[in-house]
Amino acid sequence: MSESEKPVSLQSYIRLCGVVFLVVLCTTSAMIATSFAHIGDGWTLKVALILAIAVVNAFLVAGYLMHLLSEKKLIYTVLVFTLFFFIGLMGLTMWAMNDFPTGTAVH
Amino acid sequence: MSSTVQQFPPFREPQPAHDDHGHAEHHEPGFWSKYIFSTDHKVIGIQYGFTSLCFLLFGFFLMLLMRWQIAHPGVPVPLLGPLLEKVLGQPAAGGIISPELYNSFGAMHGTIMVFLGVVPLAFAAFGNYVVPLMIGAPDMCFPRVNMASFHAYFLGGAVMVVSFFIPGGAAQAGWTSYSPLATTIPTDGQAFWLIGMVLLITSSLLGAVNFIATIIQLRAPGMTWMRLPWFVWAQFVTAFILLLAFPPLEAAGVLQLMDNLAGTSFFLPTGLAVGGQLVDRSGGGSPLLWQHLFWFLGHPEVYVLILPAMGIVIEVIANNTRKPIWGYKSLVYSVLAVGFLSFIVWAHHMYLTGMGQKIATFFQATTMIISIPSVIILTCMFLSLWGGSIRINTPMLFALGFLPMFGIGGLTGLPLGLAACDLLLHDTYYIIAHFHYVVAPGTIFALFAGVYFWFPKITGRKMNEFWGRVHFWCSLAFMNIVFMPMFLQGIKGMLRRMSNGGELYSVAKVPGAIDALPGNIIQLNGVILWAAVCLGIAQIPFIINLFWSISHGEKVGDNPWRATTLDWQTPTPPPHGNFTEEQVIEHGPYEYSVPGATEDFTPQGGPAKHPTAHSHTSADH
Amino acid sequence: MDIPYTIESRPDTGLYNAKLGIWLFLASEVMLFGGLFSAYVLLRVGAAPGMWPHGWLNVTLGTINTLLLALSAITTLLAWAACKVRDFTKFKIFHGCTILLALSFLTIKSFEYHDKLIHYEIKLNNGTFADGHLVEKSPDFDLAKKTGTVTLHGRIATDEKDLMDLRSPEAKSAKLDEVTVAATDIKSMGNYGPRHNTFTAIYFTLTGLHALHIFGGTVVIFYFWGPGSRMWKTDPERFTNRIEVSGLFWHFVDLVWIFLFPVLYLT
Repeated sequence: MSESEKPVSLQSYIRLCGVVFLVVLCTTSAMIATSFAHIGDGWTLKVALILAIAVVNAFLVAGYLMHLLSEKKLIYTVLVFTLFFFIGLMGLTMWAMNDFPTGTAVH
Repeated sequence: MSSTVQQFPPFREPQPAHDDHGHAEHHEPGFWSKYIFSTDHKVIGIQYGFTSLCFLLFGFFLMLLMRWQIAHPGVPVPLLGPLLEKVLGQPAAGGIISPELYNSFGAMHGTIMVFLGVVPLAFAAFGNYVVPLMIGAPDMCFPRVNMASFHAYFLGGAVMVVSFFIPGGAAQAGWTSYSPLATTIPTDGQAFWLIGMVLLITSSLLGAVNFIATIIQLRAPGMTWMRLPWFVWAQFVTAFILLLAFPPLEAAGVLQLMDNLAGTSFFLPTGLAVGGQLVDRSGGGSPLLWQHLFWFLGHPEVYVLILPAMGIVIEVIANNTRKPIWGYKSLVYSVLAVGFLSFIVWAHHMYLTGMGQKIATFFQATTMIISIPSVIILTCMFLSLWGGSIRINTPMLFALGFLPMFGIGGLTGLPLGLAACDLLLHDTYYIIAHFHYVVAPGTIFALFAGVYFWFPKITGRKMNEFWGRVHFWCSLAFMNIVFMPMFLQGIKGMLRRMSNGGELYSVAKVPGAIDALPGNIIQLNGVILWAAVCLGIAQIPFIINLFWSISHGEKVGDNPWRATTLDWQTPTPPPHGNFTEEQVIEHGPYEYSVPGATEDFTPQGGPAKHPTAHSHTSADH
Repeated sequence: MDIPYTIESRPDTGLYNAKLGIWLFLASEVMLFGGLFSAYVLLRVGAAPGMWPHGWLNVTLGTINTLLLALSAITTLLAWAACKVRDFTKFKIFHGCTILLALSFLTIKSFEYHDKLIHYEIKLNNGTFADGHLVEKSPDFDLAKKTGTVTLHGRIATDEKDLMDLRSPEAKSAKLDEVTVAATDIKSMGNYGPRHNTFTAIYFTLTGLHALHIFGGTVVIFYFWGPGSRMWKTDPERFTNRIEVSGLFWHFVDLVWIFLFPVLYLT
């Protein structure tokens, strides 16, 4: 088992989980509050803020619950490539969809 | 480099009795668990190989029917016409292939050849059989996942085949299934196609996970990354491409399935009209989104088709030139570069969709860049021949045939990567010629090389050499007669998807029209048809040879090609668990004709000298 | 024949086979949902002005589901931790909770689906829209034959755009009432199913695929909790690995929901 070098006690995990759940509770409330608050004119700024909070939330789950913070180099490598290609997929597609000679996007 | 080949004809090993290797303590499994629900990577490899060869033949027959229709539009198909009418009914009334049927044959020819034929053969069949042997592993990492992968593939193939017989027939929107065409054609065949694709993608994903994990985790002690045979590298990169490029197509497939079954409008634009009628859909979707998601897989898929084939060619060339492969490290870095770049070139299939110049420039640049590592790989293959004492046999002939054929296919692709030329050549027979040169005389030749090369490991017998050469020379000749004229047709502007072979645009039909197709261009259709028929006939020696040699071929020992890689250091056929003793690897993959060695090949490894060798101290990575 | 590194880690990678396998699988899942999220973004950006819905989904139910999944992710981790300290009883309790939480999630999700499927938008011949939840159809109601009436609990909107942003002050102040419409006045009628517009389409597809993942994960966890837990007696180490690997999948499913919730419910 890979984590055997760490001290193993159920209590420490329960404590960790308690903290994680509290933070998830806070971030979720923050997202909802942002969603209903009057920030900016339209949705753009709000969407950005909400997604930023969601990323924090996701980081928590991935980092602590999936113990990605103390994972092996190989897995980091795989995930970095995956993330890169995901960004390529979304980014290049967006770019292509918004770069039309006439200036009017064809959908 | 001085070559030190000692004896030219393959040396004969004493024939050990291979009857029950390692099965001493196992009781023989029954038919179902041995052939249908087997978890042994070798059996799964053979299952994949047999099924995919059958699909290749089936796809080839679809093509023959299409070529008949192109050369003789509206004339009943000879011999097969009545059968077609009986099986498919109205779309083949009178034995004539209707345009709808032609379209579904076209779509299914592409789908079957790519997703049910070449990929399963190149990646799954050869990968499954050879990779664990080459790296010294007892099996794949996850044998049961491996079995599930084959079953998903088989099911996907069955769904595709069944779709021919449903009312309305199989999918008709081309193998690319562009929306909104794919949703508006009134047949459920498209839904079958999509469900089949989801199954095939699932199969590929399971396979890819298994391959990567196996190559990373199960390399025998001493098998460092830079000692991997290049074939394994090629499969490794291929597996990554499948792992990361296929899911977006799966996503797109699910979305299009929703469009077809649940009435959504993911890929249907607002105000879509079919036959003058406004379609009863909400609209708001984007047809281009489908193209992006499709080609995000579609282009890397090209490398899925070609990389394992190149791997086979490298193995065969190294073995038959009896000298180390030229530029092993360049080959490794090139294949990694190809794999990486293949993810960011996809939109060069979409220049004609009205892309802006900035994004088109980006994709042109990446397309040109990816040709560099591809050319490095091909160059290494050519340079490997230099100064070798080349041993000519059937696998080597096919490998040598691959080189110029793939060269033609690759180089004719460059004009297509540049938007200015592509606008002219898009959707013409030039495209067909280009990618068929890559896949048919390219990849499929390499796959034939692989079949002839590893057949002795699977069966303990060689395939017949004479008929192998007949197969090669006839295939080479007819492949070229089939595909070379298409370049000409394409440059003259003949479009690729017309069921009447461009007859309506011929000088005979529209005299005086600018750019009408001259008579000799149309006549080439007849040449191609008969060359294709001959190409089919040329496969008969192969088929007979394959089955005949299983029981009647020349008996050979464990290492008839005198090869260095580990797959030849096992008993023949390899028993369950592959190696009778744990292997320790001490040499690179292609140590042929090492000066001072007793033989002209130095095997990569052998049984561990100390039976307690459980120390994996070798510096991997 | 034994396959190496099924239990212990390979020294140079530090991983056992299944752990690498599941991470590779998750990488492909990232690309799968990546493709779907890309589709979402493009549909949203490409929507006609004012035609992308806001506030169509029930935030309260969404929040409850978010917390249920977060809790189940935590019980999953604790179940694995219990295995590591060789406390089988606690494992059973924690993973029992996981299964219950997952089933509650799916139950709530099906309520939400049902709510959308009985929500109708009726385009009337006079150009206005009747919109609301179905109360009843008269027994002789037949759209094709133009007979009978249909009653909705909702309102009449003059413009389809008014139905898009339910967070707007106008929508909030709108009074909901029973609206009865005769079949003769109906131009077309449809529920808020996937085909209603691109928002419901992507909503049903994304959450449906996610729910399928939840369902699959639940089946696997149930297997390890029930019949599969026999392995505990013979090979606890390997069983612990299995719990870790299935847990990683479960956490990933939670991770997807962490993005689905804001993207669909909150923006």
